[in-house]
Amino acid sequence: MRPLALIAIVSAVCAACAADPVAPEAVPARSSFDPGLIAKGAQLAAIGNCQVCHTAEGGRSFAGGRPIETPYGAFYAPNITPDSETGIGRWSEVAFARALREGVDREGRNLYPAFPYEYYTRLADEDIRALYAYVATREPVRAPNRPHELRAPFNSRSLIGPWKALYFERGAFQPDPARNAQWNRGAYLVNGLGHCGACHTPRNALGGEKKDERFGGGVAEGWHGPALDARSPAPLPWTAEQLYKYLRTGLDDVHAIAAGPMEPVVRNLARAPEEDVRAMAAYLEALAGPPSAERRKKADAALSQAKGASRANGRGAEIYAGTCAACHDRGREAGSGGALPLTLGTAMTIPTSSNLLRITLEGIAPPEGEPGRSMPGFADALTDGQVKDLAAYVRSEFGRAAAWTDVDEELKKIREERR
Amino acid sequence: MISLDVNGKTQELDADPATPLLYALRDHLQLNGAKFGCGLGQCGACTVLVDGRAVFSCVTPISTLAGRRITTLEGLGTPEKPGRVQRAFIAEQAAQCGYCIPGMIMQAQALLERTPHPTSAEIRKHMSGNLCRCGTHMRILRAVERAAREP
Repeated sequence: MRPLALIAIVSAVCAACAADPVAPEAVPARSSFDPGLIAKGAQLAAIGNCQVCHTAEGGRSFAGGRPIETPYGAFYAPNITPDSETGIGRWSEVAFARALREGVDREGRNLYPAFPYEYYTRLADEDIRALYAYVATREPVRAPNRPHELRAPFNSRSLIGPWKALYFERGAFQPDPARNAQWNRGAYLVNGLGHCGACHTPRNALGGEKKDERFGGGVAEGWHGPALDARSPAPLPWTAEQLYKYLRTGLDDVHAIAAGPMEPVVRNLARAPEEDVRAMAAYLEALAGPPSAERRKKADAALSQAKGASRANGRGAEIYAGTCAACHDRGREAGSGGALPLTLGTAMTIPTSSNLLRITLEGIAPPEGEPGRSMPGFADALTDGQVKDLAAYVRSEFGRAAAWTDVDEELKKIREERR
Repeated sequence: MISLDVNGKTQELDADPATPLLYALRDHLQLNGAKFGCGLGQCGACTVLVDGRAVFSCVTPISTLAGRRITTLEGLGTPEKPGRVQRAFIAEQAAQCGYCIPGMIMQAQALLERTPHPTSAEIRKHMSGNLCRCGTHMRILRAVERAAREP
């Protein structure tokens, strides 16, 4: 090959490069890792929710292939098993750490921020070491990565460099000496490995987080991730104890059940160390701060309404009475088939109808073979007009808020997805 | 009066609009195929078809059904001349106590109308909202597979 052609090819290839490649190196044998370190890595991976994105439905663990729907198209999470051809079997710990901290793969290419390195950059050395020990000792699975299906211009990796310059802040976690150890542990986990803000912080058109609206409510796979700070739409303010129970089991006595993309998160957190989940709960309680007098008043009103009050009439009310009331008027008593009174739920109080419509149409179900509460979906039972009547009623009666303006659009979107 | 289209016949009912379809079928129309299990849409014993889709009749008020096509177990066949899915359930002897079976048959019917040749995984996923407490699942799955094979 002529030298000029070679230079042209090399420079074209490197236009997408962010850094030098890290030399390929086979991952060390299982026997070279301390079993305690592998076990710690497993618990950290549960907090990081790694397996959920990196495992296809019905596929082998960590072998990738799950589509992650975003406004830019579908990302397919890669194979992170230690297979040397199709996974990360030739990634040294240095390459692995660099991917987490800098969003660059072993070959030196920028990674899309669908992989939340904005958060993982805060990870401590010893945690990265444990995660590497865990991932490197999974069973290697030969499964070629599926290319992302992104709309132009987002399908070009050359955009990631400028994106990082604008939005990516590299850097380790900085503890706050004014706070106690539990708060700091919670802050480290929520803002690092847990990457809670990835779904609970709004983003701009380029997918950059709006830093001044941190935890103000975001979007994940068509669901609204409610605000976690003082703007929380939960009818009752969360206590740390309730948050702990929710994060562990997806259910506490007086708040909505974990649904949509949050469901696998709590399923994973059930396997995380108890003190870590307690720390996250303590941090999140502090993040929202003590409820204002007005918030407390609203909470009292919601509680008394949950105990039964007179209701408005109309088509939506009729559908509620015949379809929802059998469970939701009963309340979520232990051992009953009852469900949360809607006046305590969050889907009714958030700014978008997306979550209520998704739950109404698709229901809530644990993954196949797993225990958990379930609600039937009503996509086939209710017509679009009936769903709209029901949503309007539920929003005003239980959400006690102004009518949604996005119901038509959201309903159309969900119906199209189901086709 | 509320008018319902059940198994191809128009039925006039003098009932509260909030009445669950299940009660209307059993108490007003003497169509006792659909069963009451939990009354909460959690077990599937009351499954019927509305416009060809499986719906839990215990949580479907009749006020939502104007102009829609309702099919019950009785609409699929008779004891003398059972329908395709019913024949498959009989052939596989897919019943123990039998209480869940009408719902199972309707759920299977809905699946096969949309997906004539489902995979085993599709069958399991589709049928997962219908519970059987006798443990007849393997026969039920075989019955659905048989129904898919037969004309």
